[in-house]
Amino acid sequence: MENIKLADKIKSFAHDFGWPRIIIALFLLSLFIMAPFVGVNINTSLSDTFNRFGMNCIMVLAMVPMIHSGCGLNFGLPLGIIAGLLGATLSLEFNFVGGQSFLMAMAFATPFAVLFGWAYGKLLNRVKGGEMMIATYVGFSSVAFMCMMWLLLPFTNPTMVWGYTGKGLRTTISTEGYYLHVLNDFLAIRIGEHFVFPTGMVLFFAVFALGIWAFLHSKKGTAMTAVGSNSVFARASGIDIDKTRILSVILSTWLGAMGILVYQQSFGFIQLYMGPFFMALPAVSAILIGGASVNKASITNVIVGTFLFQGILTMTPSVMNSVIQTDMSEVIRIVVSNGMILYALTRKTEATR
Amino acid sequence: MKDKKVPLLEMRNISKDFSGNQVLNDINFSIEKGEILGLVGENGAGKSTLMKILFGMDEIRDTGGYGGKVIIKGKEVNFTSPQDALEKGVGMVHQEFSLLPDFSAAENIVLNREPIKYSIVSELFGDRMHTLNREEIDAIAKVAINRLGINLDITMKVSSMPVGHKQFTEIARELSKDVLGETNPIELLVLDEPTAVLSEKEADSLLIAMRKLSEQGISMIFISHRLNEIIDVCDTMMVMRDGLIIKHIPIDGVKVQDIARWMVGREVSNKAKPRKFDYNNIETILDIKNLWVDMPGETARDISLEVKKGEILGIGGMAGQGKLGIPNGVMGLYTAGGTVFFEGSELKLNDPRALLDAGLAFVSEDRRGVGLLLDESLEWNIAFTAMQVQDKYLKKYLKGFMTWRDSKAIEKVTHEYIDQLEIKCTSSKQKAKELSGGNQQKICLAKAFALEPKLLFVSEPTRGIDIGAKSLVLNALRKYNRELGTTIVIISSELEELRAISDRIAIVTDGRIEGILEASKPSEDFGLLMIGQKVEEAI
Repeated sequence: MENIKLADKIKSFAHDFGWPRIIIALFLLSLFIMAPFVGVNINTSLSDTFNRFGMNCIMVLAMVPMIHSGCGLNFGLPLGIIAGLLGATLSLEFNFVGGQSFLMAMAFATPFAVLFGWAYGKLLNRVKGGEMMIATYVGFSSVAFMCMMWLLLPFTNPTMVWGYTGKGLRTTISTEGYYLHVLNDFLAIRIGEHFVFPTGMVLFFAVFALGIWAFLHSKKGTAMTAVGSNSVFARASGIDIDKTRILSVILSTWLGAMGILVYQQSFGFIQLYMGPFFMALPAVSAILIGGASVNKASITNVIVGTFLFQGILTMTPSVMNSVIQTDMSEVIRIVVSNGMILYALTRKTEATR
Repeated sequence: MKDKKVPLLEMRNISKDFSGNQVLNDINFSIEKGEILGLVGENGAGKSTLMKILFGMDEIRDTGGYGGKVIIKGKEVNFTSPQDALEKGVGMVHQEFSLLPDFSAAENIVLNREPIKYSIVSELFGDRMHTLNREEIDAIAKVAINRLGINLDITMKVSSMPVGHKQFTEIARELSKDVLGETNPIELLVLDEPTAVLSEKEADSLLIAMRKLSEQGISMIFISHRLNEIIDVCDTMMVMRDGLIIKHIPIDGVKVQDIARWMVGREVSNKAKPRKFDYNNIETILDIKNLWVDMPGETARDISLEVKKGEILGIGGMAGQGKLGIPNGVMGLYTAGGTVFFEGSELKLNDPRALLDAGLAFVSEDRRGVGLLLDESLEWNIAFTAMQVQDKYLKKYLKGFMTWRDSKAIEKVTHEYIDQLEIKCTSSKQKAKELSGGNQQKICLAKAFALEPKLLFVSEPTRGIDIGAKSLVLNALRKYNRELGTTIVIISSELEELRAISDRIAIVTDGRIEGILEASKPSEDFGLLMIGQKVEEAI
């Protein structure tokens, strides 16, 4: 009897969690098991995985509000990232340093995110049903436009501008001396020589995740979910659909801006110009792998998805590299990440809650 | 007609149910050669199901087939598709045209059966290089059109034709099939509301054409809502209602009033005692003046209607006449204009929120599209609207700045309604899409009840649900009206249902209120209003 109950439990867990996630998780586990045998330091790998998880998960979280309001996957994430970049460069321009520079970057980024999100939301309201295609091109074209602006905007901080002309921003700007690792090092737990758990960064994400979770339990958040689930029903219940959608787009854009700041403080560089161009797809894939669908997503989907996606992305190149004994890590990374994206996009209609 | 020859078509003991819902019950009738049979009945009476059985549509087979026999000229047949039926000489003329607009009449008539000419190129490249034999195409088309006895330019493109000519082209196409000799001669034609889209003059020439075909020995089943046409053209007529044949008689001496009564007239047993209202002396709760509603297929043109406080007002009428436009327009789901007063103050139209705030609620006829969050739990479905409009089931923090769904309160209210309306479900967390139609309808009612409205619009509350759920839904509405004094406006295509529950019934024809009668008036009065014939108004 006991055995039967256990089997049922496992079955229902497998059903709830979803087979694709179980298979990917098992694959990730097998990579961790293989790692020591091919000479990859498991502590470093784990540390990298947690680090990448922390760097990316707010950008994955940025998918959630728009999915809930029925705007689909936020392929326009680069727009939010640009708001974040503006915040970052302004904070540096005014020479804030340390933790203060990070807070100021967040503060400067917010009005841009709200403004961009509002306009982006207005646009998406005009193309109901085709949001994702339009969002993709909003992302692409905003990147192209900013490529010009980064050159033209009158920034003067010598750490940011091209050395030989004294104007125009560089393609990569170091955050060293500003907010490099402000979150990573906060309450960081060091175990042994190679393992560091980025407590501050994960806590920072937890605050955001909790905020979004709480928002989705509020009256406005409930309305947002209903708009995504059946917009005609929501309209008949007196909800202003367009406003709700715009609010969700603003939230998503703002989360994208916050996400890139977290990414930069860990990565160490602000990447301008084509930097934001390819940021949307990994985030989209992560949440899909986490079990979200085009109109249903939860915080659990974000956490599970980001961990699995970034875990595979960290582990596969290093393990494979050691197995075949040549340095092909970059090639493998591209193959794996695009493979995961391709896989995730083919799954985009399936959802588990 | 009465001689003992073998009839052309005989349908014997036909019955059909859709998952337990009996839609046809022991149908027996026959048609002689050259006979025109008029088939009338309200929407949902079973006419189209009967025709689908005759033509062997997939829909019938997929839902478990039918009982009984279809016999043509003494032989039992079982058509597998409309094409199969056609080959055996039974054709159908559809309500919607299936014509290629950029082709001429002649080309449409012979479409996909074009006579072809051999050419030298086809020797090299195969049959695909045969050329069309234009002369023969025209000849075939002419023969088919001549049989109809009408003038039709066969070279005219369908896109530039008046509707009537399109209809003739459609019929000529059916007729042309035996001209080519590839099928048995057409012996039976089914015309499904062919005159619905025609002007009176066009309809007249169609009727003349029908008589001409009948003289050539072609039998016809003529489905129409225009009862005068039935009387003009048919030899016999058959009235269907609730899956039964009510009357099957020769047309001689039958009056429009009789047909109207047969169509709608059935007495319902669970009828409540009619209440007597002194309509002149009670307060008007909702006053609609010159309302128009742009709802596709259900356009309301000029509706003026007073709803009295505490009554149940029924709104009936044929499908497509605009009765559904009224609640959808007043509740802001479709663009509307005009003036609507509720409790003396003017309502802001086209703004669902303002209307909900005023104390109106709406149970939509489109359960799955408008009425439900199919992917969410029953709790969400029932509580959502009341939560958003009236801040019910919310916990508030920081002076209302932070709100939180009160899941306990939501669960409680859901369980209340599950018990009260006998909703069959596994739990209050079950998704709405997993329930049956009747139970989904009860969820929609619960959603509206949770708003505690002063006036409730209920649109087609019993469409597509079984008889048991039907009476439960109607009883719930009646109880709600009696106990809380809520005014209810119920819109339904089923007149008997309206007569059972309403105090007064308004009939909508052509986007206007044709008349308002007390529910106790005889059913033929309503039938006449539906077909647009005024009787003297009672109120």
